Amino acid sequence: MAILELRDLTKRFGETVAVDRFTLSVEKGEFVSLLGPSGCGKTTTLQMIAGFETPSGGAIHLNGRDLAKIPARSRGLGIVFQTYALFPHMTVEENVGFGLEMRKVPAAERKKRIAATLDLVHLSHLSGRYPRQMSGGQRQRVALARALVIEPELLLLDEPLSNLDAKLREEMQLELRRIQQEAGVTTLLVTHDQSEAMALSDRIAVMQGGRLVQEATPFDAYDRPTNGFVSSFLGKSNAIDAHVESVGADGTVLRCGDLRLNGPAHGEAAGPVLISLRPERIEFCGEGDGVVAGRVTERIFLGDQWLFKVDTSLGEILVMRRNSGRREPDVGETVHLAWQAEHLRILAVETAA
Amino acid sequence: MTSARPWLLSAPALVIFAVMLLTPLVMTAVLSFNSFDFYGGIKPTFGFQNYADVLSDSYFYEIFLRTFLIALATTVIAALIGTPQAYFLLRMHPFWRSLMILVVLGPLLISVVVRTLGWAILLGNNGVINDALRSIGLIERPLKMMYTSGGIVLALVHVMVPFMILAVWAALQRQDPATEKAAESLGARPATVFRRIVLPQAMPGILSGSLIVFSLSASAFATPAILGGRRVKVVSTTVYDEFLNTLNWPLGAAIAVILLVSVLAIMVAWNKLVEKRFAGVFE
Ligand SMILES: Nc1ncnc2c1ncn2[C@@H]1O[C@H](COP(=O)(O)OP(=O)(O)O)[C@@H](O)[C@H]1O
Ligand SMILES: [Mg+2]
Repeated sequence: MAILELRDLTKRFGETVAVDRFTLSVEKGEFVSLLGPSGCGKTTTLQMIAGFETPSGGAIHLNGRDLAKIPARSRGLGIVFQTYALFPHMTVEENVGFGLEMRKVPAAERKKRIAATLDLVHLSHLSGRYPRQMSGGQRQRVALARALVIEPELLLLDEPLSNLDAKLREEMQLELRRIQQEAGVTTLLVTHDQSEAMALSDRIAVMQGGRLVQEATPFDAYDRPTNGFVSSFLGKSNAIDAHVESVGADGTVLRCGDLRLNGPAHGEAAGPVLISLRPERIEFCGEGDGVVAGRVTERIFLGDQWLFKVDTSLGEILVMRRNSGRREPDVGETVHLAWQAEHLRILAVETAA
Repeated sequence: MTSARPWLLSAPALVIFAVMLLTPLVMTAVLSFNSFDFYGGIKPTFGFQNYADVLSDSYFYEIFLRTFLIALATTVIAALIGTPQAYFLLRMHPFWRSLMILVVLGPLLISVVVRTLGWAILLGNNGVINDALRSIGLIERPLKMMYTSGGIVLALVHVMVPFMILAVWAALQRQDPATEKAAESLGARPATVFRRIVLPQAMPGILSGSLIVFSLSASAFATPAILGGRRVKVVSTTVYDEFLNTLNWPLGAAIAVILLVSVLAIMVAWNKLVEKRFAGVFE
């Protein structure tokens, strides 16, 4: 059964529509990410669930209860803020214990639960410290412990890792996933970082301009994006304008300039479409086997990968190759590109809303 | 060569500081050791006679006690008014906030003397307040408000509250507004949020504001002079009288030095206390 249900949730700030008829449901124990570029309404959505913003329309149900009339303090949600929002005048222990104190949990039990939660986030040895005396990663864990100790039905995280440096962020991603699974808490994460969303979540809800554009597992969202926005926002992608020429049982024939491309079967009968092709699905090949030829204009070494920019008749194409120690084409070299027809994604052209 | 530059650059300020502040201060201190004779005037002797006179006279004790009680009461009331007001300012819509800051700071643009004379008009036996209360029949005889410590505190609070608001406001601006939301999400009611989250974070501001208000109140002159006159004397008006009426400058100087030293001592002790209490919590 769904723990959290958002139905046609809408928020207007004067003229701007920050969240537009947003519908989503989250299952018990699930880790769902709201992913989208800055300003697409993620924080506003989270704030409405938390009770800090009043929806302009739609409904929020938590465990079957309508949250409309319930104030933030009675919703019982665990929230981790982007700035952590730790109480600077309280020690780690007091910070974590605050929610229990508000719930009038007896001192002895409080102590036990604080200790258990600090243990979960590996901070037992720092319980007497003040927030100022801790590093960013440690503060992050305190914030997490403070939200988890009240055993919330739902954990809300607003860009929790964005204030950490790259290395720490990767570590904390693994930690966050471990802690979430150990605590078994249903989690809704807000992020603009696609790799974070993919690494952490069971399901991703991609937002654009206040609307839900796709809701899928990380693999499906990456591999089967429903539109050009999702395909370009999740990882790198080549977007190519094309026309459907004919649709058969085992595939679609597309025309792209003078070039004819084969793609997977597709519903669209005719007309303009957008082709999305992932750079890592493209291979270099011999002259006869190539779909298209081009000249390498840029070559970037990423350690484990090579990234090529190739100038072709389809436009500039990104190609990603695993670094296998072999010699790779140099800038200025002519290369031939090939891919399997099934790796093409045929997307509807977005009409300017 | 380069090491001389900072001194050179700050020389003008140092000269002004030395001439305008240090010199009169040193001269006052020197004066306080001289002696005074009603017929012969000031004698350039050296002794602690003036200090002995002040410290052995219960009349002066009473004046010092009254001064510090007035300053303390002013500080406490200014904190009680200024802290919530600073919090409201912080929570206001930006447009109203800038307007209200102007309202709060506006009085600072008007001379203390003018404002205090305004209070005298309000508080007098035939003042606005007493007249109004009498005419609606609430009282028969006028309430005595002029020439009382209470009247002085009232007017001083009016003068001092802006300083307290500014100090508290500066502290509140440094706090993360999300801490209030965090507390709320953990189940705290608005009153609890204010008491447990906002107030402790405002505390450094309240304490530094108290320091300013206390020292300014303890050495205030215009307000107690106008509203207290000769009947309710505080230290600064006593010094004034010694200098200009009794013409016993050395005694006046000794009282002034004692006031300066005791206010300094209170400030330093207060600061130490604050530092100890908040070590590690705030920067
Ligand atoms: N309090 C507010 N008043 C007016 N507009 C707001 C307010 N909060 C957010 N917005 C607008 O709503 C949109 C979505 O904001 P937000 O939810 O913060 O985006 P995100 O968290 O995805 O970056 C933005 O265009 C933002 O300018
Ligand atoms: Mg945001």
